[in-house]
Amino acid sequence: MGLGIGLGHYLTVAAILFTLGVFGIFINRKNIIVILMSVELILLAVNLNLVAFSAQLNDLQGQIFALLILTVAAAEAAIGLAILVIFYRNRGSIAVEDVNTMKG
Amino acid sequence: MTLPLFFFYVFSAIAVASALMVISARNPIHAVLFLILVFFNAAGLFMLAGAEFLALMLIVVYVGAVMVLFLFVVMMLDVDFASLRQGFLQYAPIGVIVGAVLLLELLMLAGSFVVSPEVTASAVLPMDGVDNMRAIGQVLYTRYVFLFLGAAAVLLVAMIGAIVLTLQHKSNVKRQDPVKQVGRRPSETLEIVKVKSGQGL
Repeated sequence: MGLGIGLGHYLTVAAILFTLGVFGIFINRKNIIVILMSVELILLAVNLNLVAFSAQLNDLQGQIFALLILTVAAAEAAIGLAILVIFYRNRGSIAVEDVNTMKG
Repeated sequence: MTLPLFFFYVFSAIAVASALMVISARNPIHAVLFLILVFFNAAGLFMLAGAEFLALMLIVVYVGAVMVLFLFVVMMLDVDFASLRQGFLQYAPIGVIVGAVLLLELLMLAGSFVVSPEVTASAVLPMDGVDNMRAIGQVLYTRYVFLFLGAAAVLLVAMIGAIVLTLQHKSNVKRQDPVKQVGRRPSETLEIVKVKSGQGL
């Protein structure tokens, strides 16, 4: 990496982003769209860690894994939003506490 | 302070501030736009770490497709978001506790991290002298071809799943039925009537 930027810098930023994502899930318990966005934040923090280690260790593997995480995150967002749309179509609401019909 | 370090601080400060706005914005559309800002600044951080391909991928794929999908869904659903914010601070104390513990642990880990020289020396895919995109291209389709195909399969399944989930057949909409169209016979649909001249039907 060099040029004054160390591994610790990246790990700190990623840790803050990860924590903000987890905190976002807690405070937006009712709004599933913001929960999905918080999950995206968490995945971004993980990607940041992978890229930082990849640069630090001079190993390309981390960037390949980050690419795969990006793919899975995109698929997850697409499926999650599709489920959200059909749930809204059926119930007319996206409040998380209304999702209690999927028992068992 | 070197120029890259300055830009690192700029990008990370904007990213963290925008992430804070994502989870606290009153309007979900603002939250999506702030999330886009987070991704742009994360792309800048990737660029500073030398991962140019991932930085561009983050902007093109993530901001271009996934975030636009989010924006589209938020705008399409006519949801009363004010009611969803009821009890916004109800879970905040436990969230603060969990978040503080998590952040403390992660920062302790980040601060005390030491990479042993043996790990650096035994890189699986060392990237010396070749630029980032060429290096990724050289291994993605050879060494990691099965992971690449697996990622493609995940995307295919997600695409089919999203289509199957959201497709709805309305009974009042006329649709083409290709089997019926191809199966038509002249004898069933065509009637030839001999008309005498001067009389009409």
